[in-house]
Amino acid sequence: MNWKREWQPLSLILAVFVSLYFLPVDWLQQSQLVENALWEALHLARWYAREHVLLCLVPAFFIAGAVGVFVSQAAVMKYLGPKANKVVAYGVASVSGTVLAVCSCTILPLFAGIYRMGAGLGPACAFLYSGPAINILAIVLTANVLGTEMGVARAVGAILFSIIIGLAMHFFFRKEELEKIEAAGAMPEPEVARPLWQNSLYFASMVGILVFANWGQSQSETGLWHAIYAAKWPITGFFALALALFLGLWFRVSRLKLLLAALPVVVLALAVPQHPALAFIAGTLGLSLLTATDKDESGELQEWFDTSWDFAKKILPLLFYGVLIAGALLGRPGHEALIPSSWISGLVGGNSLQANLFASVAGAFMYFATLTEVPILQGLIGAGMGKGPALALLLAGPALSLPNMLVIRSVMGTKKTVVFVLLVMGMATISGLLYGAFF
Amino acid sequence: MKKIQILGTGCAKCQKLAENTKEAADNLGLEYEMEKITDIKEIMQFGVMTTPGMAVDGKVLVTGKVPVVADIEKLLR
Repeated sequence: MNWKREWQPLSLILAVFVSLYFLPVDWLQQSQLVENALWEALHLARWYAREHVLLCLVPAFFIAGAVGVFVSQAAVMKYLGPKANKVVAYGVASVSGTVLAVCSCTILPLFAGIYRMGAGLGPACAFLYSGPAINILAIVLTANVLGTEMGVARAVGAILFSIIIGLAMHFFFRKEELEKIEAAGAMPEPEVARPLWQNSLYFASMVGILVFANWGQSQSETGLWHAIYAAKWPITGFFALALALFLGLWFRVSRLKLLLAALPVVVLALAVPQHPALAFIAGTLGLSLLTATDKDESGELQEWFDTSWDFAKKILPLLFYGVLIAGALLGRPGHEALIPSSWISGLVGGNSLQANLFASVAGAFMYFATLTEVPILQGLIGAGMGKGPALALLLAGPALSLPNMLVIRSVMGTKKTVVFVLLVMGMATISGLLYGAFF
Repeated sequence: MKKIQILGTGCAKCQKLAENTKEAADNLGLEYEMEKITDIKEIMQFGVMTTPGMAVDGKVLVTGKVPVVADIEKLLR
């Protein structure tokens, strides 16, 4: 038997067996807990379906797809190569997760690449820490579900502390010389299809759609935020128009097709302005058809659609299970499900050092499938988790898990991995403490 | 006999590249054996950072993207 491989199914089977063996079925049956959990799971799933899929996730998938296709990885990796300026390398490594890590499966190879063939240990660790936290889908969903504050804190915390962790790793292991692999730099030449300013405007139009379609109602009835809220659909429409214009000008989409795709959107927007979601759906369908059936020989629009669709296909099921499980275990905010709220608030309530530390350590070992950390965190916060520990978990959680620790260890050895894990736990705890103290 | 190696840790893109490559090789009627390399350290040995990648007889031909079947045919020729 191959223990190295078989320990995973074995431990899973053992865990299921032990929990079933001691399952307090009679008690559960009496206490109505299970029934509650079922309804909570369904409530939460419906809430996500209504509030977060159409306006938030769908545009985010398109943006993530566009990042994957139109942003050249090679152009970014230039700054993380062996000859890169060290100061620049740290900066780039800490923020490049936004464009390099759209898919969590690319993080580890890039990390290993930066370490062995590129800018070295420090930037590689910075990238590994911030990457999963600042990819576009993660930020969008965090801000949308847990609040803008938490979304911003997550991004800023990840970027700042990734640099500190990178520098610390570099400092601790500065004596070690690494034999770099000679094969360095097998990077595809960046293909320049269109100038940077065109790409920037194109992305800005999509981000504009995403941001303004999700603009939340503010507390007061006056002021700038309320004015934006009142005008959010015209503003969203403006950005959609800009996107259509760019597609026609720079992506060689035929005018006729664009008009055909835009027509239902305009008709629905004018005919049923009380249901803006209808026009939004029509626009999404139009864009999907345009891109999926594009006959241009470069095939970039089709690739854009394929990549977006790939993300949707991969992430939606994970998120669906994540929401159901979070609902069943923790319930909606203010409602109790399987796990009593008193446990949660006892362990990670408030903003004590202990609560933050516990959240960081638990997060570091726990495995979160892409984006599922968000519904789980929402459940935990609803059940009494403090804001500081929540941020600590958000920072330590996706960056590390037991399975990926093993891969990291195979890349840089046990000693460095242990130091890295300790640093992540420490930095996540400190970020949590700071955030909890101020907000 | 060509040796085609697909480099990738097993994400959707890597599988797509493997499928496309297989189709391209079959279209050309090549005699080949295909191998999937999922271990990061081995992938590093090829000097590939952006997965998925494809190597033929040890030479890296594709990194960081999934070319369409026709393009792979050109590469394999």
